[in-house]
Amino acid sequence: MKLWFFVLILLISAQGFAIDDHQLANPEQQKTYEIIISELRCLVCQNQTIADSNAELASDLRRQVFEMLQQGKSKEDIIQFMTDRYGDFVLYNPPLKTKTALLWLGPIAFLITGFIMIFWFIRRKKTAAIMPIDKDKQEKMRRLLSENNESSAENGDQS
Amino acid sequence: MLKYIIPLILFIVLAVFLALGLKGKPGEIPSPLLNKPAPVFSAPKLNAPNEKLSPADLKGKVWLFNVWASWCVSCRAEHPIINQLAQQQAAIIIGLNYKDDPEAAKKWLATLGNPYNDSVMDADGRIGIDWGVYGVPETFVMDKQGIVRYKHTGPVTEEDVQNTFIPLIAKLQAEP
Repeated sequence: MKLWFFVLILLISAQGFAIDDHQLANPEQQKTYEIIISELRCLVCQNQTIADSNAELASDLRRQVFEMLQQGKSKEDIIQFMTDRYGDFVLYNPPLKTKTALLWLGPIAFLITGFIMIFWFIRRKKTAAIMPIDKDKQEKMRRLLSENNESSAENGDQS
Repeated sequence: MLKYIIPLILFIVLAVFLALGLKGKPGEIPSPLLNKPAPVFSAPKLNAPNEKLSPADLKGKVWLFNVWASWCVSCRAEHPIINQLAQQQAAIIIGLNYKDDPEAAKKWLATLGNPYNDSVMDADGRIGIDWGVYGVPETFVMDKQGIVRYKHTGPVTEEDVQNTFIPLIAKLQAEP
């Protein structure tokens, strides 16, 4: 019973009640609207998009996007409008520039470094395994092993 | 040898990134308005709603644009500093009364003092969007040509006034 209650609560919260109240007449435009607001960062609550945030600024920016679409502006126009005022920071996907190169290329660099490291370790392990053992040591090893076998055979019942 | 060098290098890289992370201020977003003309508006004055003010009226003057609201707690903290700055009469100070109730705003100025040569009203936050305002208070400094030369986000402190605003205003006043 308790479990079902929790499942119910989870289901309700997963709906994430839409904060937004703007509705464009044209369904295509409505789609563009939803895409744009999920690509713009809420500058007050920096890890949310303006679609997710109920901060005042986010709702003002949604209104701005809505009105611009109503005026027939394209997605590019709106993105340009926002970056002119708030900078690239307003974009959830920052453009690839020299300033953001580390951001874009960093993960790839780490991945490559990781692969090189794995490759290097495996190769080292392999060469270590093939390393030949000289005759004296082999002899000693065999003796030790056979001694061990005899003693374990003697104690066989107890173990 | 390699056994020691690789962890050392990894440690240094990590330390550098963490140190940079400590220094960075994620709350401060660089303004793309810097060194660009002040965004245009024509907004009613708080104390005389029939009169309008626009940045063009301030051409030839160095002016500060301080975004404030009576609901903004940090503005209250900043207010005495702005009052002091106004007393020095180094530059014109224009207030942007951002998404505020005019009556509450007037009351606020009457109680805490009015450092502004004029305040203009931005009831629905549209001027704020044009100026890239995302947190109140914010303060912009414009030169005589009406170009945005500096933006300060968050409450202005006494240190900011002494170290940044006063020297900058003096420099801009000396420019043609």
